[in-house]
Amino acid sequence: MFRTLFFTFTHIGIFTIGGGYAMLPLIEREVINRGWISKEDFIDLFAMAQSLPGIFAVNIAIFLGYKLKGFWGSFVCAMGTILPSFFIILLIALFFSHIQNDIWVERIFKGLRPAVVALIVVPCINAAKTIGLSWKTAVIAITAALLIWLVGISPVYIIVAAAVGGLIYGLNKKKY
Amino acid sequence: MIFLQLFWVYIKIGLFGFGGGYAMLSLIQNEAVNKYNWISLQEFTDVVAISQMTPGPIGINSATYIGYTAVHNAGYSVGLSILGSSIATFAVCLPSFILVLVISYYFNRFKQNRYVEAAFTGLRPATVGLIAAAALLLMNHENFIDYKSFLIFAGAFILTWKFKLHPILMILLAGIAGLVLY
Repeated sequence: MFRTLFFTFTHIGIFTIGGGYAMLPLIEREVINRGWISKEDFIDLFAMAQSLPGIFAVNIAIFLGYKLKGFWGSFVCAMGTILPSFFIILLIALFFSHIQNDIWVERIFKGLRPAVVALIVVPCINAAKTIGLSWKTAVIAITAALLIWLVGISPVYIIVAAAVGGLIYGLNKKKY
Repeated sequence: MIFLQLFWVYIKIGLFGFGGGYAMLSLIQNEAVNKYNWISLQEFTDVVAISQMTPGPIGINSATYIGYTAVHNAGYSVGLSILGSSIATFAVCLPSFILVLVISYYFNRFKQNRYVEAAFTGLRPATVGLIAAAALLLMNHENFIDYKSFLIFAGAFILTWKFKLHPILMILLAGIAGLVLY
């Protein structure tokens, strides 16, 4: 069982490129088809993994592993998710420091860098759409961005302030 | 002591990294580039590009890469650099581990917890701001060197947003554009 858990998650780790959310359809297919969890439970799990800090795919792996096989189950699933990326990136890091100053590599990266920025702007717009920003919440988003960008405030403080602000607002609102 | 710093910084990133890998980027940048100068802003952009091209979550990829590079840039051996990447990767996952195990225990109580729900009315919009900050911080002279950079940016934006081009194809195209234009 532990071996199956490990290799299922290594498989998921290897075949998803472009972040945690890209992993989701594959995780869903693998774990629901194996009968490890029902569709409803998976949706609950998804919602919880999303409301926790940290790496989304790792959170899902730990939740699922724990549900199936307790502590060691969660450990094995997390390792399965992490190790493929870890080894691939380690190889690249070892190799990249040697080719970094190569003229061809430099030209490729001159093209890549502006595209990377575009690849961050798009999920930003998507996230804004998904949560349905109103003018009030847009003010929070813009203030957060400006404080980090122009003032150089650590995002840690922004997150703490947003959580505390949300708590005060959300809990008071429900009284009326 | 760079190893202890790596451990501490990545614990923080793991603990405050709400809203997925892209929202995590501004946290990582704030610590690894601005505060500790482990890597330059340009290297950071390259890390993001490499993370997008390779399998796995961006949080893991960048922890592994920055852990290695930070120790390597500080002049240590390859073996110690690998140790650095292991420490960063382990540390970024540790808070998740503890939180998930605690919450699994209180599964149903957490699910409809009104405090969690309330905190997220503030956290959700803030994470959009965090992602926006990551993009804004990278719009600098090191990454946008001339008008051609802006053309690549506009092209990449339209292709990904309007035509839903897969990020890995976008990265490949941008790399080719770099070879042709520079």
